[in-house]
Amino acid sequence: MFVSILSIFALAFLAPVLQKYLKGNTGYFLALLPLGVFTYFLSLFPTITDGEIIRTSIPWFSGLDVNLSFFLDGLSYLFALLITGIGTLIVLYASGYLKGHKFLGRFYLSLLLFMASMLGVVLSDNLITLFVFWELTSFTSYLLIGFNHENPKSRRSALQALLVTGTGGLALLAGAVLIGIAGGSLEISVLLTEGDVIRDHVLYLPIMILVLAGAFTKSAQFPFHFWLPNAMEAPTPVSAYLHSATMVKAGIYLMARMNPILGGTDPWVFTLTIIGALTMVVGAWLALCYTDLKQVLAYSTIMALGTLTMLIGMGHPHAVEAAGLFIIGHSFYKGGLFMVAGTIDHETGTRDARLLGGLAKLMPITALGAALAALSMAGIIPFINFIAKELVYEAAIGFEAIAIVMIVFAVLANIAVVASAGIVAIRPFYGEIKETPKKAHEAPWAMWIGPATLGGLSLLLGLLPWLIDESLISATASAIGGETTVFELALWHGFNLALGLSVLTLLAGVLVYFYWDPIRESLVMRSFNTAFSTMPENGYDHTVSGMLRFAGWQTRIFQSGYLRYYIGTMVAVMVIAVGYTLFTKASVPWPVGWSEVAYYEWVLAALILLASLAAIRAETSLTAIVSLGALGFSVALIFILYSAPDLALTQMLVETLTVILFALVLVHLPNLKPEPFNTGTFRDAVIAISAGSLMTMLMLAALSFDLDPFISEYYAENSYSMAHGRNIVNVILVDFRALDTLGEVTVLAVAGLGIFALIKLYMGDQKKENTK
Amino acid sequence: MKSLILKTVSVLLFALLLLISIFLFVRGHNEPGGGFIGGLVGAGAFVLFIIAYGPADARRVLRFDPKSLMGWGLFFAAVSGIISLLFGSSYLTGLWLTPVVFGNELHLGTPLIFDMGVYLVVMGFTLTVIYSLEEES
Repeated sequence: MFVSILSIFALAFLAPVLQKYLKGNTGYFLALLPLGVFTYFLSLFPTITDGEIIRTSIPWFSGLDVNLSFFLDGLSYLFALLITGIGTLIVLYASGYLKGHKFLGRFYLSLLLFMASMLGVVLSDNLITLFVFWELTSFTSYLLIGFNHENPKSRRSALQALLVTGTGGLALLAGAVLIGIAGGSLEISVLLTEGDVIRDHVLYLPIMILVLAGAFTKSAQFPFHFWLPNAMEAPTPVSAYLHSATMVKAGIYLMARMNPILGGTDPWVFTLTIIGALTMVVGAWLALCYTDLKQVLAYSTIMALGTLTMLIGMGHPHAVEAAGLFIIGHSFYKGGLFMVAGTIDHETGTRDARLLGGLAKLMPITALGAALAALSMAGIIPFINFIAKELVYEAAIGFEAIAIVMIVFAVLANIAVVASAGIVAIRPFYGEIKETPKKAHEAPWAMWIGPATLGGLSLLLGLLPWLIDESLISATASAIGGETTVFELALWHGFNLALGLSVLTLLAGVLVYFYWDPIRESLVMRSFNTAFSTMPENGYDHTVSGMLRFAGWQTRIFQSGYLRYYIGTMVAVMVIAVGYTLFTKASVPWPVGWSEVAYYEWVLAALILLASLAAIRAETSLTAIVSLGALGFSVALIFILYSAPDLALTQMLVETLTVILFALVLVHLPNLKPEPFNTGTFRDAVIAISAGSLMTMLMLAALSFDLDPFISEYYAENSYSMAHGRNIVNVILVDFRALDTLGEVTVLAVAGLGIFALIKLYMGDQKKENTK
Repeated sequence: MKSLILKTVSVLLFALLLLISIFLFVRGHNEPGGGFIGGLVGAGAFVLFIIAYGPADARRVLRFDPKSLMGWGLFFAAVSGIISLLFGSSYLTGLWLTPVVFGNELHLGTPLIFDMGVYLVVMGFTLTVIYSLEEES
């Protein structure tokens, strides 16, 4: 499993190179790998559907219980199949859709990276590994959505998706850590048996909120749904992939995965069902407010995500069975229809439903794929989504707590879905041919193979549900529900309430389809759109601009731009923090042994004091610099007196170069004006004197400790034998603690470049101003 | 501004200072000195030259961009540690050869390469700053 993820990652980085050599054929070649991985997963079909679980684990940060561990059960298996299977079709589709695009290589790179990350999410056993892949999907989808990076709208949408899903991802990380504390393990396969422990833990509610924050943002649940329709700024292959099998489904996957661990409690059940049902209805009806095919589809995805959230929340056997089937059904029709919308756009130059018509005569195969997918979407017998919708209704009927509410919500949502299906897949293809910006004709095979395959599968699995019911769907539902169950699916359930609701839905949906224009233009729909689409997004905008304002405010407070304030702040903080620690944790002894101080030491001390006073009261910069130099050399003398020749040598050289440096910048410095004594100088004096006193006391305190001689003895003994050097200072620098030195010289080099840039920039600006 | 005496003397001092800097660098492992001090003295030699002749001439003498000196220094320091990786020790472990040349045992080791890296970074840093200040003023 890990190999399959890694191989896609590896291929991703090869893609731009391949694109250079294989040109138009790259897509066919690249599609082979996801196809291969798909075949590999397909070969595991009997194993997994027998209820077996495959695990692998490679130690990563094993000390932290973080491992590259993966496991495959019914749930991750279903997702792995969808990701690689639909992924194959998407790569093919993209090769036709973006044919000749100058950044196609880059596109394949991001797409495959995204595919591998998504596969990582659904296969991860370790929660932290899952989080890493989770954030990788946010990051790579940012690249995909912002692919047309020259379009500001595209960039904005990409950033919005990244911020919303990335923030949720951070909540998920916090949730994962708390789960680790509560459940004693980070491995999902272990936690699945610890559900009761976690549900009874005091941290349960915070865990649930954090995990759901991650899932809801990712799978675009109300009120975080606004990023998803905006994400359709991405090239259509990406939208088709993000909406059908990946990205938003990651949130669904997480909730399904966590259901046996966190589910079943009242807060979980009601949060999921209510938010899910609300999202479902809002998404379904918002879809009818737009005429852009992709936008209609995007909102209908929100409807599907809401439905799935609701089903997982209900949690009873019918509901999880419905969820498993609905995931498949939705992935098929949504992937197919997005590709159709892209093809229409590609061939005619517009995606506006009002401007399209009669395309079936010009693009018969695309029309067929579209019709199949749309019939499945509308839940018409005998398509797979008919069974799924029946199951959704039965799940709603079976949800005893608030069955009536759920039934009404589900029927309302599905009416809108029927109408949407007609809008995206019937209206553009039938009726009279309309004039379009481009003359339409049938798309190349790479572009119709996807919709045709997915549409065909929707029909096939609807007619022959026994292909997957007792095997795949049962395995998936068992994984979601947390207990082994076996289902049989049938197209015909007899005349019951669910069937009645289906008929009602269909009739009402067709009605809405025919009166779509007046409904869309009506005041009710427009205010509905404002309330549920514009307002949440405004909330996002206000949050972002509020954060920027806050950042600006605190930058203005802390970043005054004056070096003297920075130094003053740093020294003051140091004095307070170190001083507090010193006085609470250690005692400062009064220095003894004054009589041992030699006369030349007194002279040196006096020199240092005099030099500092001279530097403070200097009237010209030159005097100040020279005084500081005198101070530095006196300190070097102290080093010599206490036999530290290396230090003394370094100090003297640094002092020399410092004086030269100062002399060079002297011309740029303003003349010093000795300030009269005021509050500013008083403040500086307080900071300076307290810093000096603190250092003195620190020194006294440090000397009063008996230091463990082990380290210095170790160096002294081993310096020559192990490091071939007698100068311990240098041996420590270049051998014993060479890594520290490496860090220091790196900092030095970076600082050098920084100074270079600052000087060049600043002086450059000055020159420009002078020439103006 | 350009004094003839300074110009004449600085050429001699320049050579002398460079020699001293190399001397300090090489002896550093046993006596006071080493890459840091050597690098500072080496930079001092060029600074003297800059003061006497101006940065344009100094650049011609140095031949390298001081910024690239920093880069090479970091390169040597980092690479010296990789050598020990190849021999199965951990990063930056000192490895030594002690060939006998003309009856003297020489101690040649990867820390010497590391120290040379330090020398170059220190010299490159100092010269980068001084060159840019001098050229812009």
